[in-house]
Amino acid sequence: MKKIIFKFSGAVIMLVLLIIPLLLNSNYLYGSLIVIGLYAIVVQGLGMLMGYAGQVSFGHAAFFGLGAYTAAILTTRFHWPSLLALLAAILLPGIVAALIGRQTLKLRELYLALATLGFGILVHILFTEGGEITGGPSGISGIPHLGIGSLILNSDRKFYILIWIILVLILLGIRNLVRSRTGRALCAIRESEYAAENAGIDCIRLKLQAFIFSALLTGLAGGLYAFYVTFISPSPFTFHASVQFVLMAVIGGLGTFWGPLLGAVVVVALNEILKELIPLIVPGAGGEYQIIIYGIILVALMIYRPQGLSSIGEFFQSSKKSLVQDGNEVN
Amino acid sequence: MGEQLLQLLFSGLTLGSIYSIIALILVITYKVTGILNLALGEFLVIGALLTVSFKSMGMPLIAASLLAIIIVALLAGVLERLTVNKARGASSLTMLIITIGISISLRGLALLIWGTDTYSLPSFTASGPIMAGGAALNPQSIWVFLLAAATLICVNTFFGRTYWGKAVKASVLSPIGAQLQGINLSTISLAAFVFSGALATAAGICIGPVTMVTYDMGFMLGVKGFIAATIGGLGSISGAVLGGLILGLLEAYSSGLISSGLNDAISIVILLAVLLIRPEGILGAISERKI
Repeated sequence: MKKIIFKFSGAVIMLVLLIIPLLLNSNYLYGSLIVIGLYAIVVQGLGMLMGYAGQVSFGHAAFFGLGAYTAAILTTRFHWPSLLALLAAILLPGIVAALIGRQTLKLRELYLALATLGFGILVHILFTEGGEITGGPSGISGIPHLGIGSLILNSDRKFYILIWIILVLILLGIRNLVRSRTGRALCAIRESEYAAENAGIDCIRLKLQAFIFSALLTGLAGGLYAFYVTFISPSPFTFHASVQFVLMAVIGGLGTFWGPLLGAVVVVALNEILKELIPLIVPGAGGEYQIIIYGIILVALMIYRPQGLSSIGEFFQSSKKSLVQDGNEVN
Repeated sequence: MGEQLLQLLFSGLTLGSIYSIIALILVITYKVTGILNLALGEFLVIGALLTVSFKSMGMPLIAASLLAIIIVALLAGVLERLTVNKARGASSLTMLIITIGISISLRGLALLIWGTDTYSLPSFTASGPIMAGGAALNPQSIWVFLLAAATLICVNTFFGRTYWGKAVKASVLSPIGAQLQGINLSTISLAAFVFSGALATAAGICIGPVTMVTYDMGFMLGVKGFIAATIGGLGSISGAVLGGLILGLLEAYSSGLISSGLNDAISIVILLAVLLIRPEGILGAISERKI
């Protein structure tokens, strides 16, 4: 009985959390939750790649940007309907990931981190130097709102509902995927690639699939981001954004069910809290203090809690355990 | 055309020496501690900016430089004790993120103290450019070459001829064996960080007159150092120097002859090409694999 309560407690808490903003109806809250939701979608994919396939990517801001720019360019320059442009925004990063992944994923650990870092910087340079197509440093404005049939998502409230429906669907999908044959094969790769290879798992293919999958999700988040802010420039897609994504994945806890969502919440909340709190403590303080303290917290977390936060407390621990147990039970 | 090519050779070698020094420091720290220190560029920037500040307080350049070198070396040592030393044994990803965290904080600190202004350092020697074959060579470039050469010679001598150098090499090959011989790994790691802080500052002071200094230039310099080290093979000292020179020359010629806007893009393309074709680098051996 206790186990059943734990099993559903996560879902119940999440449902309550989802409904509260709708009752409060505050635009600030919607805005923050939309950002958290978008990041959480990215980190779901990245967490899959890092936590299960055991591969690090410091270039996911590039996929995020590719999704956003695809959506922006197709709707403003070529007047595609927004839903079709969103589809392209999902597919293009996936195609790029497929093209670069086959070679890149043969690299190991630090080399892979370096290669993806390089890819991220390269794509960012393309955004900035892209001339008329990308709008250069000033970016693209006038992106239309996302329209689904006759429903135009032109308010934060509507967008919030859409993002979190998508996020919940992705959470459920990943939960099933992790428990499947593919999920267990991915875990095997993380533990030891050579052992997995010997057990008959096609490691390169599976890692490539995880890479493409994470790029598709990141592209989706990027496209949605473009339709939400209706203006994009190269600045949100720098190396630092990629680092932020990796952080969210690591801080939340790799290979855990709630990790990606928790990581996105913690990092966004940390940014917001530091922005509000520091001027109260140090009068006249600018963003510099925020950067310094952000770095310190990051280092402290890595030293004292490298396994991430989602093992904190009974609630998260139990959901993590049950995930592992369920994975075994399927055998 | 010949003059332009020679001019680009000069600037390429200057740029290349800068990258070589950064790559050297990266490789040494990596060899000794297994950590890729992404905060290295920040050490360089803070060292150069400190020198600027001391200089403007009226100190002579040499005194200002020495003081800055000592301060950044101490800072690097303190950071090693507070972070890397506490996380000993953690995965390479955790260590990488720790150095990213340090670099974020240091960049914030530099922004807090020095703001977004661009600073310049005076050249070491006050003579005008040297004319050679119709192209102008900045005398400061010679100082950069000298620092790169001196660093390479010192590092090679240290690892090849001294007791401590051999001890460090031994500890990398077999940490447990080295510990049984009474070699203290924690001290070696501390020394590596102190040394990298000092040398990064020296590099910053040398290149200050050539490139100008801003609080946020550390990251890209660090990345270029990485690329140079990767071209040479992450574990190879002479490879790092060679990689730096190759990168500097390719960048100078491509931006001089094709387009300067794509400067950074070209080095990244080189990085990706090297990683995909020969990830162990030009001189590097294939690194150990995780089983």
